[in-house]
Formats: sequence, C-alpha cells, structure tokens
Amino acid sequence: MPNVTDVTVADDLPDPAKLIACPQCDALHLDADLPIGSTSRCVRCHTVLESPRQLALTRIVMLAAAALILMIAAIFFPFLELHAAGRIQRSSLLDTVMAFSTGMTAPLTLAMAALIVILPVTRFVSLIYVLAPMAFGWTPARHASRAFRIAEALRPWAMAEVFIVGVAVALVKVAGLAHLSIGPAFWAFVALVIVTVLKDNFMCRVTVWKTLEQRRPS
Amino acid sequence: MENTRTAPPVLTARAAGLIGCTQCGRVQTPGEARCIRCGSVLQSRDEASLQKVWAWFFAGLVVYVPANIYPMLRTSSLGKTTDSTILGGVIDLIHHGSVGIALIVFFASIVIPVGKFIAIAYLALSIRHRVKLSDHRRHVLYEVVEFVGRWSMIDVFVVAILAALVQLDFAASINPGIAAVSFALSVAFTMMSAQSFDPRLIWDANKGNPA
Repeated sequence: MPNVTDVTVADDLPDPAKLIACPQCDALHLDADLPIGSTSRCVRCHTVLESPRQLALTRIVMLAAAALILMIAAIFFPFLELHAAGRIQRSSLLDTVMAFSTGMTAPLTLAMAALIVILPVTRFVSLIYVLAPMAFGWTPARHASRAFRIAEALRPWAMAEVFIVGVAVALVKVAGLAHLSIGPAFWAFVALVIVTVLKDNFMCRVTVWKTLEQRRPS
Repeated sequence: MENTRTAPPVLTARAAGLIGCTQCGRVQTPGEARCIRCGSVLQSRDEASLQKVWAWFFAGLVVYVPANIYPMLRTSSLGKTTDSTILGGVIDLIHHGSVGIALIVFFASIVIPVGKFIAIAYLALSIRHRVKLSDHRRHVLYEVVEFVGRWSMIDVFVVAILAALVQLDFAASINPGIAAVSFALSVAFTMMSAQSFDPRLIWDANKGNPA
C-alpha cells in the first residue's frame, strides 16, 4: 500500500483536493498518484480505493466492444435445442425473455429483458461512450459523467452471469426428460460473461473519475 | 509513513468537517450539493438510510411469503398437471439424483434470501443497538450481502429457460407460476434494501454519534 497514508490529526489537514475519503467508511487518506499496477486500500475497512492498471481504459473499451458483439450473436443465434418425441424445440434468448409473457406473469417479461439484455447492453454502450475518448486521449464526451454514473448504478442489475448459472441448472433439470443440445448463442453468452468479468476487474472507479476530471476542458 | 499500524483514531471526512463522495472519493467542503468531480449527490451521511432499508426490507419480506406458497413451475405431462413450489423443486431435484444442482438451487432460493433478511435486519439494528460483532466483521457482512443478493435470481431464470424450452404440447410443457413474479420482486426489493444501507453508519455507531 504505497503512497497512501491515513490522516489522524485534524490540525494539519491539507487541501481537500489532496485527500480521498473511503467511499465505504469515510476514512480520510492522503491521495497521492499511485504507480501503475499497485493497489491502495482503506486503512480501516480495507476497501480497495484505487488500482490503476496498464492500459486499463483501452482494455475496458475493447472488452466492452467485444461484449456488445457477443450479445448480438447471443440474441439472434439459437440458444438451446431440445430433442424429444421426434420433435425439435429451438429456443433463443428472446424466447427465454418471452417465457413469462402470457397470463399473470407478464410483467416479468420486461424485467427479464432488462436484466439479461437491456441493462448489460446499456452498460457496455455507456462505458464505450465514456472511456473511448479517454483511451484515445481526447477530452471527455458530453455528459460523460452522467453516463458513467448510470453505468456504475446499473452494475448490480446487469445479471448476465447469474443467467448463465440459471441455464446450467435448467440443463440438468431437463436432461432426464429429453435430449438437449447447446446452440452457438449459448457459447456466445458464456464468452460474454467472461469478457464482462474481465472488464469489471480492470475497472477502477476512482481512477476513471480522476481521469475524467483531468481531461475535462475547463 | 507506513500505514500498517492499527491505531484506532482514524479521521473521517465527517469528523474533519468535510464531505466525502461515495462514488469517487473526492473530499470537499460542505455546501456543495453535488460532487465537483463526478456530480453525484453528496451526503455526509444518508440520514434516511435506515428508513429506506426497513421499507424495502418489509416490502421484500411481504412478497417473499407468496413466493414460497404459490407454485413456481407448472408442469403438464400427458394431460396431468403438477405444480411445484420453490422447496418442491429442490426436493424433485434430489429425487432425480442431482444433489449438486439441488444444493445450488437450495442455496440460491432459500438460504441466500433468508440469510439476507437476517443479515440486513441485523446490520440495521446494529446501528442503534450494541452488538457483539466488531465493526470490521459487520462491514464484511455488508459486503457479502451486497455481493450475493443478485444470485438469488437464478431460480427465476431457471423457470424462464424451462418454460421457453419445454413446450412440447401434449407430451410435456412447463409454464411459469405466479410465485416467479413475487420471488423476483422479493429479490429486487432486498437488493434495494441492501443498497440503501449506508455502510459509513457501521463505523460511526461505536463513537456514540449515530446518523
């Protein structure tokens, strides 16, 4: 934990701009520029404060773009195929979303579409919008702050990886009933989840905000 | 200066008369309504945090009841229709011999939701009352609750996939039951409850100046 020191005495408080408060527990730390690859943690609650990584912005943009393409593939290719009683039942991601569309469960259709497709896509698009200009070294796009705030707020609600585990459970449940085969969209979706996890690991919220602030034309 | 020492008097932004942004960590003088770095709404402490936590908590609890009573899955096979609840689905899986998957579903749809209700209530109560767990333990508990909440959605997704896949008319078809809606709502409400919790309150509480 180099370069970050906790502040214990109120008298010698430096300029607020040189301090960082732990977002989780509010403990004050001196905010120095971290070397690439190091991680600073809160002295009290050990939450990661900052972890700048080599080329992180470029990588996040690339991974978000890859995720977008994979999502398109995942939507349009067949997801799972069921062979039973001489019939083949194909279902795509859209069919899964539409599964609740009849009867009393109709409101869930919207929620499913949001959790699996719409919110993840919104996150990818807004991350590209915010970070691509940063990666090229340009000034931030208009409303970049708002877009990044939205992307961060949506993070817990984009449930692609939860959905994949759900698919695995469903496969086992059906396996006894019929023969199942996995379509290309399934693999696209698995790749999408891996890419998303990689991307979120590279991303350090505080570093992104600082970069946005530095590049902002004043 | 190294910060390996664990001297308790850590100065918080609030104690220093400043406000820390929960989004980007920027410290600023009071008077700003929004963070000058990221534009998030600034609050030294979320005064209404506990109220929101309890409101979402009880909303989640109320819809969790029908989620367990009503059928989650409606399976019709050769003209015979069977309903299965969440717990019934787990028991079915064990009968099929897939104990591992049964465990995943059991954890995701029973242990995690119930554990989350208990953990959120405990955290919220611990702000006003003395409890045994140390600040640090409670902070870890909070992080676990935040992280784990969304995984409860597994069962709703399973129902959706099964219903989309198994539509073989007379031979077999699976349709979602009404419990899927209330379960999904319960998960969403408890996620909102956990998100409304201001973890800074955990660390304030032992100093005798809550909220």
